[in-house]
Formats: sequence, structure tokens, C-alpha cells
Amino acid sequence: MTDHVLSWIVFFPLIGAAVVLILPRSQERAMKLVSVVATFVPLLLAGWIYLNFDRSTPELQFVEHYPWIRSFNIYYFLGIDGLSAPMVLLTALLCFLCIFASWNTDKGIKGYFSLFLLLDTGMMGIFCSLDFFLFYIFWEVMLLPMYFLIGIWGGPDREYAAIKFFLYTLLGSVLILLAMLALYFATEPHTFDMTKLMAARGSFVGPFWKVVFIGLFIGFAIKVPIFPFHTWLPDAHVEAPTAISVILAGVLLKMGVYGLLRISYPILPEATVWFSYPLVILGLINIIYGALCAMAQKDFKKLVAYSSISHMGYCLLGMAAFTQAGMNGAVLQMFNHGTITGMLFLLVGVIYDRAHHRDINGFGGLATQMPIYAGMTSLAFFASLGLPGLSGFISEVLCFIGAFPVYRTITCLAVIGIIIGAAYFLWTFQRVFLGQLDDKYKTLPEINARELFTLIPLGIIVIILGVYPMPMLDIMRVTLGNIISIVQP
Amino acid sequence: MSLSNLESLNYFYPELILICSALGVILLDLLLIRRERTITAYLALLGLAISFLEASKLFSGNKVVLFSQMIALDQFALFFKLFFLFSTFMVVLFSVRSEEIKGTDQAEYYALLLAVALGMILIASAVDLLMIYISLELISLTSYLLTGYLKGNRRSSEAALKYFIYGAVASGVMIYGMSLIYGLTGTTNIHAVGKALFLQETYPLTLLLATIFVLAGFGYKIAAVPFHMWCPDVYEGAPTPVTAFLSVGPKAAGFAVLIRFFYGVMARPSLEEGVWIPLGNLNWPFLIAVLSAVTMTLGNLVAIAQSNIKRLLAYSSIAHAGYILMGFVLLNDQGLRAMLFYLAVYLFMNLGAFLVVIAVLNKLNTEEIVDYRGLGWRAPFAAAALTVFLLSLTGIPPFAGFIGKVYLFAALIKKEVYWLAVVGILNSVVALYYYAGIVKKMFLEEAPDTTPLKLSPLYLTLMLILIIPTVLFGVYWAPLVNFTDSCLKLLLSY
Repeated sequence: MTDHVLSWIVFFPLIGAAVVLILPRSQERAMKLVSVVATFVPLLLAGWIYLNFDRSTPELQFVEHYPWIRSFNIYYFLGIDGLSAPMVLLTALLCFLCIFASWNTDKGIKGYFSLFLLLDTGMMGIFCSLDFFLFYIFWEVMLLPMYFLIGIWGGPDREYAAIKFFLYTLLGSVLILLAMLALYFATEPHTFDMTKLMAARGSFVGPFWKVVFIGLFIGFAIKVPIFPFHTWLPDAHVEAPTAISVILAGVLLKMGVYGLLRISYPILPEATVWFSYPLVILGLINIIYGALCAMAQKDFKKLVAYSSISHMGYCLLGMAAFTQAGMNGAVLQMFNHGTITGMLFLLVGVIYDRAHHRDINGFGGLATQMPIYAGMTSLAFFASLGLPGLSGFISEVLCFIGAFPVYRTITCLAVIGIIIGAAYFLWTFQRVFLGQLDDKYKTLPEINARELFTLIPLGIIVIILGVYPMPMLDIMRVTLGNIISIVQP
Repeated sequence: MSLSNLESLNYFYPELILICSALGVILLDLLLIRRERTITAYLALLGLAISFLEASKLFSGNKVVLFSQMIALDQFALFFKLFFLFSTFMVVLFSVRSEEIKGTDQAEYYALLLAVALGMILIASAVDLLMIYISLELISLTSYLLTGYLKGNRRSSEAALKYFIYGAVASGVMIYGMSLIYGLTGTTNIHAVGKALFLQETYPLTLLLATIFVLAGFGYKIAAVPFHMWCPDVYEGAPTPVTAFLSVGPKAAGFAVLIRFFYGVMARPSLEEGVWIPLGNLNWPFLIAVLSAVTMTLGNLVAIAQSNIKRLLAYSSIAHAGYILMGFVLLNDQGLRAMLFYLAVYLFMNLGAFLVVIAVLNKLNTEEIVDYRGLGWRAPFAAAALTVFLLSLTGIPPFAGFIGKVYLFAALIKKEVYWLAVVGILNSVVALYYYAGIVKKMFLEEAPDTTPLKLSPLYLTLMLILIIPTVLFGVYWAPLVNFTDSCLKLLLSY
């Protein structure tokens, strides 16, 4: 298995999906167990990769390179470096945990789990593929299961949210397709190989490539999402079932930033530098606007959704500065946001399963009734608002340190986002957990073992990376340094 | 190599077999005492299958010109012959179990289908204006009859009449255009016409007029704007298997003759291999590029508003004509390859979509999209199949429609026709909205009646047969693209 470790990571869930489809309709328990195995094996493999990853080189590792369509020069080309390794880890972990978060799905078990596993394959494929065409196939393949997972198992307004998500993302991805073809025909011999495109970056200079950059940027920006392309996100996050919200926020949003760092930065460095100022402005808007919107929400889940927009802004801030600290901060923030927001959505799911609503003002005093739940929530809230000692603080500070020498004023303005963040999280904590307990919630059961099982691994990561972030920073540092040297030689 | 009439017959087996089996179907119907009419369908299938095998045997690598330079047999023609024979074969299978066809005199229906097939395989290799006209008329006249086949059904009769009137006008205009070309050059063979026009120094307005007139005839067949008006009504009114047939067969026939005529007469090969140059001062590629953009945009936008699935697929097929035209305007082999590839893929996915419509129509007796609610839970396989076909039509990987679109857009970008590529790409986003609307109805909405539907095993098998290439060519399409490439060799070399 370790020979083709990436292929196994990508396609093992797909095998699981096929098994789930074959199982007879009544075998619901078996389907769930198959899903556990199908996500656990990639998690083990991701752990193995983490242990065997060479941290001293920006080179691609665990490479698999086979011809696929010769006449079109498309390759089955997988490999990871310090940029994709954290994302593979994050995806493997969240997918495994989300199987447990979906344990109580009540309708269409077979469809749900097979689509979920297909989604897993799509996401892993995106982070592992280095052939642009293959990358694009995975990028689109992931849309279908997501559409159905939101559309069939989502909340009351799910149909609207699902189609909005689908249309937005497809609009973005067709722009990526055009940009991809433009790059293909600009190289000689024509290639989709990202490493070869990167090597040919010297020829991608001039106004035409700026247009191509904008096309790519819009495609990725829709996924991040960057203002003003963010409007699908609150709908999709709120309507999606808990586990899918976790995946959306934890993994899908990272794909936008990942795409920018993997494709736009190293292949179109000239346009990237040209666009850095708009990028940092957009990052600032994301931070402040997202935070203000979050503050205004009454729906717990919507609040978390808008806080995601705000937190992805820090990534943009960090990566637009082209400094080592800023890049480290941006990628670490991607990982940390994945774990922290994963926790937040899981926690919202816990309370929604019990109270059947998410109105922040409708709660109060829950800390006395559900102390363990309150404790977990406070951990996630404090991590999210950037309390020192928890992981969110490290990555946000790195983003600020990296951006400050380059964009002083904007960085100073962006710090306001932290204050607003603290404000809405603390205010929410106060409204939900403190004060007088409503009589009708006197019978709410405490968080159960299965739910704790999904939260605790994330909680541990949040604490460890908050105290000692090197295990993550080590992996990415050399690769990110290399990207900076490509963008700003 | 040009052959005499008698020698030509050696290369004419596919056509001869079709003629024999069409006559055989009618004779058999007279002989049948117990009126077991489906037997005639099996005879038709047999004839089509043999004809298909004979046609595939003709792949030799040489180009032969038959019947005093009336028709040419090259790989390009053979591609379309196989295409038409396969699609007719599938449509006969669709019809065998169709409730719409059941109550009618089936033998004539199958004989007519074979006659359309004959017209189509003739037009694929026609290289003479008269031959083009005759085979186009053969297709048209039999199509009118098939459209109006449901006697006593008002919609069907109305559709046939509309189809006929529009068709008569279009072919009248076309033959007028052809007569102008004859007047300018004194010949009807398209290669001779091409040569004669090439030698002329200037191109009179008459030629532009003639071009537009001829375009009207072909554009009518492929249902491109502004010659598309008949399409939604005819598709809605015709028996559904016939609709499936019209959306694939005669449309592709239109493309075959469009390529033959325009690349042979209105353009000439340049020194660079695989590139054509339009004649002198006539910028018809740009004209058709604009038509292509308008066609797909109109098709997609109007499709959104449809509530009848046959009408929706009619507008979707208009939009697809627009997509395929994108390859046509490039005047190079990459554009042609993209067209052939897209047509091949379109064959599978569009027939597949109509197949599910026929299967549902048989059980639920409805064409309204509203009645597809909850189909995902009542007939999971058929609903999943329709989802695959619709998403492939949208152009979403890992389905073959996506690869078809990639080839089209790749050809456009290579030639730096960015504006058309952007229009095309935005159109596929619009298309998602209405295709996904059907998917939404099937899976996301509850059905008023949740009893499972038992579809005929034949239809389920056929769905599977059509899904396989739709998925396979989306993941590994090298065989198909190699095949289309080999079919483009020798095109129009004379």
C-alpha cells in the first residue's frame, strides 16, 4: 500500500462507496461500518505520510506519474509537498470524524454514505493531483456529491442552497477551465503538468496573462469565498447537515486558497505580484465584513459561517505579503481554521439535535445543564477568537507579523477583526450558556460519547498546535519558502 | 479513384441492404397472418445490424468516388454512416416497447425509419449538389411522416404540418441557392464548384446570397437560430422515439452536409495541413460564429422556462447545435475533430436522456417535469441514469460531455477565438440550471405517489448500454478521439 500511497488515499474511499452501493438496503449498520473503514484507512495512510515526509526539501514526494491520454498529453500525476501535506492530513481527519457525526442520518443511508465517500475521493484528489487536467476533474467531481448532500439531507431551504452552491462553483470552475486551456496552449509541447507550467512561468508575462490570472482568481475566490463572491456560503453552510457543514468549512474553503498557492502563485508570478494589493484589500474586507456580519446573526450556524469568511481573510492577508511568516501563517491558518471551525459546526450540530433550533437568543444558562458541552464550546470559541495558547492565535499572529512590514496600515486595520471576533464570540457565549436556564431546557441531555469522540481529537490538535506549532510549521516551511522565491525572485 | 456505376455497387452494400430490409419489412407485414407486428421490428434491426457491419468493413484508407462522382466514400462519410446506423438501431429498440407506437401500424413505421436511415447514410457521402438535395429531401419527407405518425393525435398532426411547412420553405430556399451556385460555376459537383470559385478573382454578392440560402436549408436540419422555430413544437408533438431520433440523426446529417459543403465549396485547403481558408472576401465563418453564439444562448435561456420535458430537451438540442457550430467556424482539423467527437458523445447522452423520458412516459403517461418529482425514490436506476445523461449534457466531469466540451473550447482557444469560448462557457453554466432542475425534481422533492415503478427490462438494459460510453469516454477517451482523428483523414481531398 505504501508504494502507491497517494492513489490509495484518493481511491480507497471510492472503493468504500462502491461497497456501500452493493450492500442490500437493509444493512444500514454495515454501510456505516464500511464508511468508517473507508475513511480510517486514508487517515492511517495520512499518518504514515506525516511520519515519512521529508521536511527538508521543497521537492514533490510520493510521486506517481503515468500517461493517461497521450494525444492530449494528460498524465495521472500525483504527488505532495509541504503545501498539500497539511491539507491531506486535515481532509483525512475531518472525513473520518464526520462519518461519526453523520451516524444518526435517518433517510437514504446508502445514498448519503456513498456520496460522502465519493466527496472524500474528490477532495483528496484535488490536494494530491499535479496535472492540471486531473486537478480540474477532481475539482468538478466533488461538486456533484456536495449538491446532493446539501440538497437531499439539508435543512428546510436546502434546494435553494444546493443549486446556488452548484451554480456559483460551476461558474468559477469554467473560468478555471478556460485559464487552464490557455496555459496548455501557451506551452510547447502543450502540457497540463503543473511542474512544467511552473518552469515555463517566464513566458507568462503581459496583459493577457493578467486576464488569465483574473479568471483563475475568480474561480478560486468563489471557493474561498472572497468578497463579493461569498453569498453562496451562508446559505450552503446553514442548510447543509452538520457533517457536511464541517466538510464545507473545513476542507472546501481551503481549496480556493490552495488553488491560488498551488497554481496562480507559482505559474503566474508576475500577475500575482501585480494583483497583491487588490488581494490584501479583499482580505481586509473579508476580515472586517465577515466579522461584522457574524456579529449581526441570530442563527448560531450562520454566525459560524460568517466567522469563516472573516477567518479566511487572514489567510489572504498573510499570503499577499510574500514573506515567510505570512505564508506560514496563511497555510497554518488554513489547517487551524479547518479544525476549529470543524469543532464549531459539530458543536452547533449537538445543540440543534437536542433543541431543534439554533436561535442564539432562544437559549440561556445552558452551562448549568450541559457543563461538558459548555466547556468544549468555550475551547472552540476561544481558539477561534485567537486566545494565546490555542492554535488560532499562532496562525493569526503569523499572518499579521508577515503582513505588517509590507502593508502597515491595512494590517493595523485588520487587527480590528480580532476585536470584533472576540466580541461576537463572547457575546454569543454569554447569551447561550450564561444567565437563567429556561425551564424547557431543564431536560436537555448532556453531550454524549459519540459526539465527544468527534470533538476531542480536534480539541487536542487545537491545544497542541497552540502551545507548540512546529509539528505543522516544519512540514510546510521549506515548500512555502520556495513559492516565495518563485514569486519574488 | 472514380468508379463506374456497376463497379460502384461493390461499395454500396450498406445502402442496398437498407433498401432491401425496408421493402422486406413491408412485405413481411403483408404476409403476417397473426398480426404479430413486432417481428417487423426485428427484421429492421437485422437489416440495420448487417448494414452497420458492411459499412464498418469499408474502412480501407482510400477514398473512392462512386456513381459518376455523385457520392464519395471516405472515412468522414463512414463515421457518419456508422453514427446514423447505430442511432437508428437504438431508436428501433426504443420503439419496440413504446406504448405510443404500439397502437399503430408498426411495419410502416419501421420501414419509414429505415428510409430516413437510408437518406442519412446517403447524405453523409453526397458530393454533388443534386445528390445532397435528394437525400436531404428523403430525410425530410420521411421525417414529416414519422412526426405525424400518431393518427388522430392533434399535437402530432399539428407538429407534422408545422414541420412540413417550415421544411418546404427551407428546402425551397436552399435549392434556389444551389441554382445560383450552378449559375455561377456551371457545375453541381461540389469539388468542381470549389475549384471554379477559387479561380474567380472577385466574388459577387450573388455568392453571399447563395451561401445564406443554402445555409438556411442546412441550418433548418440542425435547428440553428434563426431556422429553429419548428423544433420545439415538432419535438413535443412527435412520438417520443421519433423525437429522440430527430434530435440525433437528422441533426447530425445536417452537420455532415454542412461540413462537406462549406469546407468544399466556400473554403479551400491552405498550404498548412488541416487548415482551410475561406473564399476571398466572404467572411462567412464570422457570420456562423455569431449564429452559434446566438443559437446556444437562445436555446439555453428559453429552456429554463420549459415545463414539458420534451420541449426542454428540444431547446437543449438547439443549444447543442450552437455548441457544435463553435467547432465548425474554426476551419481547421481541430475544430472538426471536436465536432465529430462531440457528436459521437452527444449521440449517447441525448439518446439516453430521451430513453428515460420514453420509459417514464410508458409508465406514468406524462411529459411534464413536475411529474418527475420523487422519481429518484420510485425508479432509482432510471433517475440515476437520467442524472448521468443530463449532467453529461451540461458538461460536468467525469462524463463524456465534459470531454466533448473541452475539445471544443480547446480548439477555440488554440485559434484564439476567446469571445466565443467565453460565450460558450457561460452558456454551460446557464444550462446547469435547467438540467439540475430536473435532477432536483427527481431527488430533492417528494413524490405525491411513492409506489415503485417497474420499468421494462429492455429499457433498463438500454440505459445501461448508453451509460457505459457516457462514463467510459469521460474517463478514458483516447480510443474515441483516435477514431475521430482517423475519420478526418482524406476529408475533401480530391
